Order: sequence, then structure tokens, then C-alpha cells
Amino acid sequence: MALYSDKVMDHFRNPRNVGVIEDADGIGEVGNAKCGDIMKMYLKIEDDKVADVKFETFGCGSAIASSSMATELIKGKPLSEVSELTNKAVAEALDGLPDYKMHCSVLAEEAIQAALKDYYEKHPEKAQ
Amino acid sequence: MKIYADNAATTKMSRTAIDAMIPFMEEHFGNPSSLYSIGQKAREALEQCRNEVAEVIGANPREIYFTSGGSEADNQALLTAAEIGKKQGKRHIISTAFEHHAILHSLARLEKQGCEVTLLDVHEDGLVRPEELEAAIREDTCLVTVMFANNEIGTIQPIKEIGAICKKHGVLFHTDAVQAVGHVHIDVDELNVDMLSSSAHKFHGPKGTGFLYVRKGIPVTNLIEGGSQERGKRAGTENVAGIVAMTAALREAAARIDENAAHISAMRDRLIAGLSQIPHSALNGDAKRRLPGNVNFCFEGIEGESLLLLLDDKGISASSGSACTSGSLDPSHVLLAIGRVHDVAHGSLRLTLGEDITEEQVDYMIKSVGEVVEYLRSFSPVWRDLTAGKIPFIL
Repeated sequence: MALYSDKVMDHFRNPRNVGVIEDADGIGEVGNAKCGDIMKMYLKIEDDKVADVKFETFGCGSAIASSSMATELIKGKPLSEVSELTNKAVAEALDGLPDYKMHCSVLAEEAIQAALKDYYEKHPEKAQ
Repeated sequence: MKIYADNAATTKMSRTAIDAMIPFMEEHFGNPSSLYSIGQKAREALEQCRNEVAEVIGANPREIYFTSGGSEADNQALLTAAEIGKKQGKRHIISTAFEHHAILHSLARLEKQGCEVTLLDVHEDGLVRPEELEAAIREDTCLVTVMFANNEIGTIQPIKEIGAICKKHGVLFHTDAVQAVGHVHIDVDELNVDMLSSSAHKFHGPKGTGFLYVRKGIPVTNLIEGGSQERGKRAGTENVAGIVAMTAALREAAARIDENAAHISAMRDRLIAGLSQIPHSALNGDAKRRLPGNVNFCFEGIEGESLLLLLDDKGISASSGSACTSGSLDPSHVLLAIGRVHDVAHGSLRLTLGEDITEEQVDYMIKSVGEVVEYLRSFSPVWRDLTAGKIPFIL
């Protein structure tokens, strides 16, 4: 059996939503280079929905794939749904990750939640 | 283009080795301990192999013990030295911080059993300093174990100087020569090596076979009990076909050692020169005092596993010391030992060349690595911060 599922490899080889949003409404960065994984998420919010999302990742194949999948899962979604995104949903959408790579999906969840938090801090009127 | 550039991990068996082993599976399959002719035929082959292996490293055939490979040989050598030391009340062992885990984990076990271990610094160039080794020797030092050549960064240690120091102080000297045998000249007498470990699959022999050299007069401690094989020092019916194939591979490697080294090291230097052109990259380990086929680089701002996966897509098989490829959170202990910080060690790439490497393949690797590094950097937040001046470049 290969190390990664076909879906992980697909998202790793052809990551979706790669890049930067210059005028992002929320930015979240988690992880550190010492541990070998850093994810940065940029959110553009319109009408309480994720109008656009981009990511940058320093990390292994599953870190890049998890970032990519996480952006796909939240794009166009209302913020109420985004705030409920879990690492499990990311891993499942990728048809699973090896046990010792599950932390990559956790980082993806944390990066998105960090970006959301940043948005709410900048727009306290939107916070519940 | 398909390029296998992970010869330090394992090598493809040579045609000579495969051809040599087949008759010992089909016809001469007898147990070397049996007295009938097919058993004795196997016995004869086994002893002929012992003669040939011994000759390649300048040893006596009676000093060669066939094992399941390098790790077993390392384990047995350390246990042997520790047992001798114990009897003499000597419990101190000197080694290095960047040994193979077969050594480091064996040392950890010996520490639990009362031994004291000093790990020498290997400095930024990946080389042990003989004077530091001599200074570390104590009255109760029973063993010095220093690898011949490092498996990750390929640096070749000053084995002759270390051997001379050990001889002068009457301390046993073991070297894990798994990466060196068949690739560089080795003469155990000239080097004053008392014990040496080797593994067949690193020089185009089969996996699961190797040998331990132990100088005459040193009482060997058994790792495996159960029979009189290997003069009672390593039980278990001998892997005759494997040993025959290992010997054939070693004979071939030894006969071509100079021409192979000349060709491979020229290719290595071309590859090093090419990869050095990638901005913010650095070669790991001394540029010249390294194995002919070893190239090991760190690239800042990227992570090694994704680099390997994308190189695999381009037909290149390589390896990395990143944490993600090891299944642990820490990057390679070897890269940390030569002073590479975590951030940079995660972005390492090891390319280990074989005898059939061509200039065209080297140029393809230079181009491919450059493309993949550039691509990964294009969406690396670390690279963005580095280039924006938010954090300083290390390399």
C-alpha cells in the first residue's frame, strides 16, 4: 500500500487555492519551522461567507494536501459552518491519513480557526 | 527518466551476485552442517566465501563471522567489547553523535547496564577530530566505536589515525563500515581496526546478509545461541545462497573499486556544483572527505518529504533527513549533530549515486531539484518571510 491515498496525492500534486489574498479579512498562521510544518490561511469574507480562501504551507505532502482540502471544504461556506470544521472532516475528505500524519489535519483546522479568529477580532461587530 | 539515487539505503543486486546465488538455491541447497555431498558442497562454498571476504579487507578467514547484516554485526561487536570490558572493570565507551542507530541504540542499552558513553562531536564538517578522541580516552575505556563513513552525509572518518590512537592506548576499536565496504579501500591491519561491521546490500549483494570481522584473540560474545555455526559464535543455519551472492558482489566491487570511485566521485562533484547554484542551499558534510556517491544538501524554506514526493514524480528516488520521513518529530540526528538547526534540517535531500550514473542523469537531477525547490518555495510561508526580510536566512 502506498503511503498516501490517491486523494492526498491529488491534493498534494495539484493543491487548490494556493497563494495569498493581499487584502484578506482574516489571516491565520500556525505551526513552526522547528517542527517542520507551517500553515498560513487567508480568508476573504463577504456576507458572512468565505468568498475566497488561499493558503501557503511549509511542510510535508500531507500538510500541503490537508491545507488544500481544508480550503476546498470552507470555500463559499457560511462562517457558522466554517467555525465547526474539524481535523477529522479534513482527514476523512482525504480518504484518511496515516496515524502519524493526523497532526497535519489538526494544523489545517487550527489555521482556519486562527484566520477566523483574526477576522472576528478585526470585525468585533460580526462576532457572536 | 528513471534514476535510482538512494544507494546508501540499498543497492540493486548485481547480475553477478544473482547468478552466483541461484545454484545454491537449486542444486547446492544442502545444510553446510550435513555430512553428505550436497551439504559438504555448501560447506566448501561457505569457507571459500570466508576466504574471499577476508582477503578484501586484509583479514584472516577465521576472523570473519557471517551475520544477517550490519545491524546484527554492530550489536554483536558492542556486546563483545562490553563483555570484555566488564571482566576488566572497564565500562567506558567512546563513540560519536552521528552513528547509525544500530550503534546508538546498542549504546543506550549498554548504558542501562552500567556502561558510560562519551559521544564525540563531529563538527560542522562531519568529521571526528582524532585529538579530541585521544583526550576522551580514560583508564576505564573499553571500546572506541566510530563509523567508517556516515550513512547520511557520507563523510569518511580518519579511521587510520583513530586506529593508531586506540592501539597506543590499548583500547578496542570497532568501526561500522556498512557504507564503506566495497566503495573504499579497507585493510584492517593497516587501519588498526579490531572489529568491523559490513552489510551486503550496500554493495550490490542481497539484503539479510553481512559479516563481522573480529581480530584474532578477541573473545566473541554470542548474540544468538543455538548451534555450532560460525565456530559457535553465531548460531543458525548459514544463509549460504546469500553469503555466496554477497561474496560475488564484494569481489566485483573490490576489483573495480578505483574505477568506480573515479567515475562516481566525478559525477558527485558535478551534482554538488549544480545543486550549489540553488540559492540558500548548503552541502552537508565535508566536500571532499566523503563517499564517492554521497550528496546531501539542505534547502532553506522547504520541507524534505514534499521534495522527495515530487522528485519521485519526476522519476528520481531519493531520501531526506526530515522529520516527516522518519516518522518522528525531530529531523535527522546526523544533521543536528553537524549543527544544522531544525528549521533547515527539515529541508534536507540525500542523493546517493550508483556506478551506472551518467552525466545526463546528473544534469537531469540538478534541473529537477531546482524546479521542485523553486515550486515548493513559491507557496512556503517560511520562504515568504525569509525573502521579505522578516526572518534572517540561515543558509
